[in-house]
Amino acid sequence: MRTIKEINEKIKKGQAVVVTAEEVIDLVEKKGIKKAAQEVDVVTTGTFGPMCSSGAYFNIGHSKPRVKLGGGVCKLNDVPVYTGFAAVDIYLGATAIPDDDPRNKVFPGEFKYGGGHVIQELVSGGSVRLEASAYGTDCYPRKKIEAHINLKDLNEAVLFNMRNCYQNYNVAVNLSDKPIYTYMGMLRPNLGNANYCSAGQLSPLLKDPCYKTIGIGTKIFLGGGVGFVAWHGTQHNPSVKRKDNGTPQAPAGTLAVIGDLKQMKPEWLVGVSMLGYGVSLAIGVGVPIPILNEEGLKYAAIKDEEIYTQIIDYSEAYPQCIPGSLGEVNYAQLKSGKITVKGKDVPTGNLSSYSRAVKIAEELKSWIKKGDFLLTEPVAGLPDAESGYTFKPLKDGPSLS
Amino acid sequence: MTSKKIVLRFPDRLVDQPIVYKLVKDFDLQFNILKASVTPQEEGLMVLELTGKKENYELGVEYLKSCGVKIQPLSKDIIRNEKKCTDCGVCVPICPTEALEVDPKTRKINFDNKKCIACELCIKICPPRAMEVHF
Repeated sequence: MRTIKEINEKIKKGQAVVVTAEEVIDLVEKKGIKKAAQEVDVVTTGTFGPMCSSGAYFNIGHSKPRVKLGGGVCKLNDVPVYTGFAAVDIYLGATAIPDDDPRNKVFPGEFKYGGGHVIQELVSGGSVRLEASAYGTDCYPRKKIEAHINLKDLNEAVLFNMRNCYQNYNVAVNLSDKPIYTYMGMLRPNLGNANYCSAGQLSPLLKDPCYKTIGIGTKIFLGGGVGFVAWHGTQHNPSVKRKDNGTPQAPAGTLAVIGDLKQMKPEWLVGVSMLGYGVSLAIGVGVPIPILNEEGLKYAAIKDEEIYTQIIDYSEAYPQCIPGSLGEVNYAQLKSGKITVKGKDVPTGNLSSYSRAVKIAEELKSWIKKGDFLLTEPVAGLPDAESGYTFKPLKDGPSLS
Repeated sequence: MTSKKIVLRFPDRLVDQPIVYKLVKDFDLQFNILKASVTPQEEGLMVLELTGKKENYELGVEYLKSCGVKIQPLSKDIIRNEKKCTDCGVCVPICPTEALEVDPKTRKINFDNKKCIACELCIKICPPRAMEVHF
């Protein structure tokens, strides 16, 4: 029907028809797939939720005399960063916390400050205290350094997240008689609440469920700036059970994404504290889906009622890796505020902000409409359901030697 | 009739006095204790919903003040830092009084502090820590 090249020509002329993944649902209902596919060039998606496997790398520049942080210890606002590279390259993980944080010693720990918060502070334009110690070499003699760094003075500041944009996620409940504190939030005893974490019908990988257009090299909205899909994300698991519409019924595909932190905005990179669990970073991601044919539009118009996920007990089944689901629900049910589990009405809560997902899809739409954002041809595809790619467990046990 | 939610702060010398009982007996007020605690400095804190005739309510409040109890309206107690809230909604099923609700249209989270009983359950479970206790 049309190619990405043709869509880009229309974008440059300001003639591309761009709608959000929410708007496209109504449009298809009104006009039908055939007619809507002739009209729509691009569907924009969005998601905003905590994504723990995120972080940023920095090149802090060389001090005089020089210092080699590789093999040494380095902290940003007391949060330890990974130094195992050359002299002044460091990587800050979203879940890193200060050494003196009490963690879960007094349960549940509060985890007020960590890597996610440092990233947000830097993106807000604030300066962050760097403290490092090194072992010293002939070429890098310095053993201690203290400085204040901010984004504009750093050579490179790059957000590089090894797993974002989970394609679907579990609904977490608690079957035990005690409250539990998880990465899915506080779960009240005896099915007191059910927490989910997805933008559903707006979520990027749920609107291109078979990865027909999203691939390595896809240009995206990342944290308020421009980023790219770098690879499939860690724990990418395309082979889970799927509905006839192609959507997975459990957590499936993921994306590794990369982008210039200096362009990003604190509204879309928010440090979060999960009580009793730890620190994370809530991230805004939006992916444009070019409508190349009717099939692509059919996928992009999938709605909440047609996307199903599993209800998992986080008091035992999840921590002990016991397979099995307490039932399947769709996102329209989850969004209604109440689902039924084992015959009981359970109130639902979302960890992923739907209203922010809408805003991301709208913003990406406006970038494309203004001609500021052209679409990219993926340079390679993501492993799909037929690839045989799977998510393997770790077998523990004594060493072989 | 009037009905208000108020925060009472008792200095330590009053902690062992039956002050709330007097509100019932002398001023014909109904009360519902929403929260009560004695802090480490032995100051007492109580959140009450006080209901009764308007003039009795005012006399009752005057009486409390004359005893040295500090009074604040409850609505000031829990506030949402709008800059921090991301409208995720993980607080919604935790809130016991539906003071935090999802707007079905915008999917934003509404906070109605008239319904809030200051139980503070939302404070620490809010991921961006947008809910704040203000005294």
